[in-house]
Order: sequence, then C-alpha cells, then structure tokens
Amino acid sequence: MWEYTDKVKDHFLNPRNVGVIENADGVGEVGSIACGDALTFYFKLDENGRIKDATFQTFGCASAIASSSALTEMVKGKTLEEAKQITNEDIAEYLGGLPKEKMHCSVMGRDALEKAISCYLDEPEKEVEGEIVCECFGVTDREIERVVRENHVSTIEGVTDYVKAGGGCGNCHDRIQEIIDTVLGKERPVRKKAPALTNLQKIKLIEESIEREINPNLKKDAGRLELIDVDGNRVLVRLGGSCAACAKSPVTLKHYVESKLRELVSPDLVVEEVK
Amino acid sequence: MTVIYVDNNATTKVAPEVLEAMLPYFSDQYGNPSSMHSFGGNVAGAIKAARENVANLIGATPGEIVFTSCGTESDGTAIRAAIESYPDKKHIVTSRVEHPAIKNLYESLSKKGYRTTFVPVDGMGRLDMDFLYDSLSEDTAVVSLMWGNNETGVVFPIEEISREVKSRGILFHTDAVQAVGKIPINVGDTGVDMLSLSGHKFHAPKGIGALYIRKGTKFSPFMIGGHQESGRRGGTENTAAIIGIGKAAGLASEHLKKDGYGNVSRLRDKLEHALLEKVPNAMVNGDTNNRLPNTTSIAFEYVEGEAILLMMNEHGICASSGSACTSGSLEPSHVLRAMGVPFTAAHGSIRFSLSRYNTEDEIDVIIETLPPIIERLRELSPFWKKAMEG
Repeated sequence: MWEYTDKVKDHFLNPRNVGVIENADGVGEVGSIACGDALTFYFKLDENGRIKDATFQTFGCASAIASSSALTEMVKGKTLEEAKQITNEDIAEYLGGLPKEKMHCSVMGRDALEKAISCYLDEPEKEVEGEIVCECFGVTDREIERVVRENHVSTIEGVTDYVKAGGGCGNCHDRIQEIIDTVLGKERPVRKKAPALTNLQKIKLIEESIEREINPNLKKDAGRLELIDVDGNRVLVRLGGSCAACAKSPVTLKHYVESKLRELVSPDLVVEEVK
Repeated sequence: MTVIYVDNNATTKVAPEVLEAMLPYFSDQYGNPSSMHSFGGNVAGAIKAARENVANLIGATPGEIVFTSCGTESDGTAIRAAIESYPDKKHIVTSRVEHPAIKNLYESLSKKGYRTTFVPVDGMGRLDMDFLYDSLSEDTAVVSLMWGNNETGVVFPIEEISREVKSRGILFHTDAVQAVGKIPINVGDTGVDMLSLSGHKFHAPKGIGALYIRKGTKFSPFMIGGHQESGRRGGTENTAAIIGIGKAAGLASEHLKKDGYGNVSRLRDKLEHALLEKVPNAMVNGDTNNRLPNTTSIAFEYVEGEAILLMMNEHGICASSGSACTSGSLEPSHVLRAMGVPFTAAHGSIRFSLSRYNTEDEIDVIIETLPPIIERLRELSPFWKKAMEG
C-alpha cells in the first residue's frame, strides 16, 4: 500500500473544485485513458486578470486526483504570470509530499496548467515537441530532458517516476540513459558493459580512456600520462611532462586518474606509478 | 471498523483449528524430527501425518510430497530440476498469464540462452491449445502452466493438456497455488509430473508450501543439504508450519467433500450479478464457465482501480486490482493485457476473491457500498460524460 500523507488522502476523499467551467478562459487537457491517468483543468479570470475560479476532472489514482485538486486550490487568486511559476515540486509539496513513484501525477498537474495558460494566450498548440523516445507512454526527448534538468533526476527509474518514460516495455532505456548523460554533461562513449572484459578489451579500453579523457585534461597543466603495462587490475603508468616534477602527482594519480579509469573501465582497477 | 476481507487470492486467514494444531510445535514440541530420541521422533510422526493430508488433498501419495517455504520456491525448484534433468534440451514453454514466480523465472532463463515460448490466451483468458501443441518439439524440456489464474480465476484444462504433453515425452509442471483447496484435484488422473501449492492460500500460515513430484520423475534438489524430505530439500523442517499446512489440507478436503465450495461460489455469483446489474459499463474479465469458485474480476470502465480500492478501504472492504497504479508499475496487469482487455476497462478492474469465512451480510455490504463509489469516481472522470454522450 502507498504511504500517502493525510493531505493527499484528504484531497482524494474530498476533492475540491470538481467539474467543468462552461465558458472557461483556459482549458488544459493532458494524459489519456491508455496511460492510466488524465486530467482536464479549467480556469476563469476576474476583471483584474487573476484566476477567479479553477476546476478539474481527473481519471486516475488517488494521487492523481489529489494533485489535481491541490492545483486548483493553489492557482486561485493568482495572475497568470504567478501561476506560471508553479512547478510540479510545488504541487507535491502542497500535499506534504508524494511517493516518488507517483511524482508523475504532480507533473501532470503542471502540464495541464501550462496548457490551459497557452490556450488562454492563444499560443499555437504545441504539437509533439521533439522526438518520441518512449513509445508506450508517448514521451519525447524534450520532456525527458526537462525532467532531468528541473527535477534533478539522474536515473532511468527517476525519469519513469516523473514522466513515466521507460515504465512499459523498457526498450527505450538505453536512449533515456543517453539523454540523462547528455543533459548532465556526462557523455560516456566508453562505458563498461556488464559482462567481464577480456584482458585485451580491458587494455584497449584503458588506452582509449587515457588518450581521450585523461591526457586532454592533464595537458591543460602541460602534463601527460603514459601507459606502461596492465597486470590484472594493476595499471602501471608513468607521469610525464610537468607532472613528473609535480609534488601533487600522487594526488592526481589517485584522485583523478584512478577514479576516472574506475568509472570508465572497471571499478577494480588500481593505478600505480612507475618511476 | 469491521474488515470485510475479499482478497483471498492474495492470502487467507489462518483457520483457528490450524493455529491450535500448530501452537504446541512453537513451545513444548520443539524437537528436531531427524533426532534419534523419541522427543524428536514424535514430531517426525506428526509431520508424516501432515504429509498424508497434503497428499490426499491432491490425490498423491505421501512420498511424492516435498515441503518447501512457499509457492515461488516450489515453482523455481520444479523448473530448475526439469532443465537440469534434461541438459540438452533448450526450449521451455509456459503461458502469457502466469504468476511472476514462473513468468520472471522464464524471462531470466531466456536471458541465459533458453528459447522460451509464452503461449497466448484469448479474450476470455482461455489457452490457445493449438499454439501450445505446435510449439512443442524434441528440444522442449518442460511445459509449465498454471491450473487456476490468480487474477481472473480462469481454469486451464490441465488434465487434458498434461496428458497430451506427457505423451510426447515432455515434463509437465503446473502452478496450482490458486487451485489447490478450491477445486477437486487428483494428480493421479493427469499427466502432471510436478505441481506447486502454497499453504497460505488455503488457511495455513505463510511460509509453507509444497511441491508434488510424481514418483519416478527425474529430480535434483534446489536446496542442497541434509537428508530431510528424502534428500529432495535440505534444511531443518519448519515443523509448526508443516503441521499447519497438514491441518489446513485436512480441512480443505473436508469442505470440498461437504459442499464443493458451493456456498462460496453462490456468494461470489450473487456479488457479481448484483454489481453488474447496479453498475453500468461493468463487465467480468475471463471465462465464467471455467473459473475458480471464489474469484471474480470485474472491470469498471472509465475509472481507475487504485482509487476504487482506496475508497472501498474507507469502508473496511479489502480487495485488489489489476490496475497499474497499485503495483508501482505503470502498465495494467500482464494478465489483462494478454487477454486484450481494453485500457478503458483494464485500469478499472477489481478482483474479489472469497473464502469460506465470508458471509452473506458481508456480500450485501459490498453490493451497497461499491456502486456509489464507482458513480462518484465517474463524476470525477473526464471520460465518463464524453463516453455517455457518445
């Protein structure tokens, strides 16, 4: 059973502002019955341009209904500029938090709000922006990028919790990982694959990592690293250039070279300097 | 608030007689059944009687029963024993609607190089028998099919299928966890080589299951250790739980003989008919002609299962759902999807599973409580009005 806060339970069992506003100023529809949740959000402005009335209709679980109900309460009295500032985290916070697997309910609320505001401003209907990555839930690369950037999500499961992408067949997991890596600036063309590396593969990967990752960085300080030998998990290297004379070179070796090689090649590697 | 428990395919209440039978084995009767002294030997005698009861419940002989810790262990032991016994055969067969204990095991074996066939079902959850038989070959090590489905209650014709599979020289296993104790089973009349069962589905405690292994079937143990269970499962016996499953099996046999679950199925049918009558756009998932007597899965269109369950929970009614949101996954149950139940209905499917402890009054309360809940959620749903307006 989910651990819902009392506030979530309250907004689920006693949802506020249910229904349709017939002559609404803005309407936002998100989700679908196939996805398991959907929300239609309505608002009406007063003469000062503040949201006078907001209502919703939701198909979905308790947290979807509670998030929708919370949203309608949160926007009341706000100008559209102010309402635009509401994030999905704000909705979750208003409810005293949501289980992480349910964060997508709060994202649905924010999306409906954005759509309703666009509808009022008569902005052109944003067609599917970007390229569909998750076929099961119709999620685009743009949406995944956004959640990685704005919600500090750094894993595939995290992306699934927030926007559902990857929660179906799982075929898009590699692509989601790529997007996460790109957004977080971690382009990792050489990644250790699950099966153990052969010695030959390991040596090649170490060589490649030194040439592509490590030496370009050391070069900034006029240093360089030379691979001498690989003995099991011992990586024997010689420091050249300015590194050779640098008092900090043992620190560079352990803290930079070794951790980089562990990240890129194998977590078991130990780097040793050959004088 | 009184609890109305109609989630008996998830787990059942321990029968008071079962608890009573178990208690001495938690206190005074703590001997090890393997010991040479009579203090332990007495416990061995009680286990022997329990084994006979379990064997009787499914028409087996006591020597064919191995006690395990749960249904999942029984399933895993059976499949691993089958493929170890026939190391040259690399094809394994099951259905698309199995419990995760089989489904996920097969998926993991498929990653290890086994060719796996998941036999489809039709819209009523009935197995595609032609597909099954066409898939079999000399390379097939084992066929594993569930006897009764945990979500819909649909019963596969295991007697017929197992005989056909066996006649082709292929091992047959059945996950009968939901069927044992609810319908009469006589493995002697079938081609079943191995059968899994679990105590807590028929009023024994959790943590005890059994695997039936037909005499003469090639077998290798999963838990290797001492000579317990005739060398087929090492580890000191869970004595109290074994006594419990023995007592529960005895009670189940009695009840099956007495009225064959007739009262349970009467209450289930009453609930089902009343809900279908009172709630528009509701339908039963699965083949109602071949079904466990205690189970009904009802789809309520345009509403979501978790919301229904939580609102029923407010009234003390415990059921479960094939909806995505309840499990933490995002897609509705693989069983309903395999049956092609449309999304409008799959997300709003609720499973009621009764036991002999349910009363007419309880069923009446559910019949009164549920329709207004569905109505309320439909008022909240943006799809309901649209669907009604066509």
